[in-house]
Amino acid sequence: MTAPNPHIRTLVLVLGYSFLYIPILSLMVFSFNNSSMMTSWTGFSFKWYVALFQDQALLSAARLSLLIAGMTATASVIIGTWAGYVLARMQRFRGFYLYMGLLSAPLVIPEVVLGISLLLMFVELGTLLGWPDGNGIFTIWIGHITLCVAYVAVIIQSRIRDLDRSLEEAALDLGASPLKVFFVVTLPLILPALMAAWLLAFTLSLDDVVIASFLSGPGYTTLPLEVFSRVRLGLKPEINALATLFILIVGIFVIVANRMHWRRGSQESRQ
Amino acid sequence: MTKWFQLPRLPSGRALAIVPPFLWLALVLLLPFLLVLKISFADLKFGVPPYTTLAQLQDQTLTIALNLRGYALLFSDSLYITTYLNSVKMALVTTVCCILIGYPMAYYIARSHPSIRNVLLLGVILPFWTSLLLRVYAWVGILRNDGLLNKLLQSIGLISAPLEIYRTDLAVYIGLVYAYLPFFILPLYANLVKLDDRLLEAAYDLGARPWRAFLSVTLPQSMPGVIAGAMLVFIPSVGEYVIPEMLGGANTLMIGRVMWTEFFNNADWPMAAAVTCVMVLLLLIPLVLFQHSQARQFQGRKRGRA
Repeated sequence: MTAPNPHIRTLVLVLGYSFLYIPILSLMVFSFNNSSMMTSWTGFSFKWYVALFQDQALLSAARLSLLIAGMTATASVIIGTWAGYVLARMQRFRGFYLYMGLLSAPLVIPEVVLGISLLLMFVELGTLLGWPDGNGIFTIWIGHITLCVAYVAVIIQSRIRDLDRSLEEAALDLGASPLKVFFVVTLPLILPALMAAWLLAFTLSLDDVVIASFLSGPGYTTLPLEVFSRVRLGLKPEINALATLFILIVGIFVIVANRMHWRRGSQESRQ
Repeated sequence: MTKWFQLPRLPSGRALAIVPPFLWLALVLLLPFLLVLKISFADLKFGVPPYTTLAQLQDQTLTIALNLRGYALLFSDSLYITTYLNSVKMALVTTVCCILIGYPMAYYIARSHPSIRNVLLLGVILPFWTSLLLRVYAWVGILRNDGLLNKLLQSIGLISAPLEIYRTDLAVYIGLVYAYLPFFILPLYANLVKLDDRLLEAAYDLGARPWRAFLSVTLPQSMPGVIAGAMLVFIPSVGEYVIPEMLGGANTLMIGRVMWTEFFNNADWPMAAAVTCVMVLLLLIPLVLFQHSQARQFQGRKRGRA
């Protein structure tokens, strides 16, 4: 095997990863800056973290967002696993291409399109049925599930395709019903993928500005909406502190999950 | 033919598995989009909802009025056409930049030793998981006139006056490439890492130089990954709202922003719906390309399994 040129490789990777990480690092460093001028370093301070935890508007927005993200992740994993299983295992049915197209559309469709179309549906439903009565947690929840189901289904279907089918076939041969096989055999096997999908749906919901802008009503300001309304006008150091906490928590989760996955993988290959 | 005369059967377990998710997708994606199409033909009205109905049943006659005000305005006011063209241009440039930066990265990650590969891959996945809004916000502090980049360039004496980048198109390009780069690298990496090394070795054995072997073996084989990644960058970039709003200037014309203004600032829902419909129409070919690459990935994997 011919090895790639090591100098070019190092150069490409160093430049590429610097591009990806310098903004994140600068955000974190300046969250500890003493001055509110975020562009020059005047000394080390925790004051923006203190300010963050005294900021009632941000805290209540964070509570609302965590609630919606938890609800979204749970519902998306249920619907997305179902949809992903159908995609991976039942391919010959009428409308399969429409099904596949609809399922993966939210991966690429601009979020403004998802936002306006769902809002118009809720408005039409509201005038026809008198329900839902105005926008709020429910409408944001449905909007976020619509987005997240696509990501969950992609993760789940690729995991199901990699499964060894002989286990499921053995259970079927022994007389288990297909439903029982799914819950007793398939589901435990894809559990790590389910957890990864839950976390991804949770973070996607926690990050969404556009869909929530269309689907939230007065009194339902999610964390990204609050953050966006502050930072669209310029720099806000308390948002740096928030970003640092957010990135650290997500980063630790992803690294730990990846480690577990990697160790399990190497164990499997050793056996 | 005999099927026609059979009694209706109970739905099979298979149908029970397929119908609910299909119904869900139709309800939250297909139906809402058809409503956008419908409302794009309505007229502005004062009230709730702020648009007229298309069909009216009056004195037992059904009248259907299609209002083309939105579309007429779209094609007569040059602002909209310029905005569409500019959005496509910006998305295209973003996609090309993502290919130029992302292809070498994905290539070298895929060709790294498996133990390093896992760490490198994690390095691409991590930004993808953390908040896009906050990562775009980070660029504000870097690109401003008194920001980190200008400070750095001035301190090493490369420039004397700060570069105006923040609130220009250039800042939007940087933000778009930065935000969408992982979306390009990940599918391409998945493709490159599965490539058959033996073909490349055969090319070398036959005396091909590295560059030539890359162009005639690796590049063509990786095209499905490039197309999937490019579509994951191009399509959402066209309608992007947050990035041009945070980094762009008042004259950075992007269609997501125009639609937003029509909807929220002008409260002109039919116009916003028409802008959306034309945007989707514009994205139809890339969308079909994307779906095609998804479908091909499926069939390729099925064949590989058989």
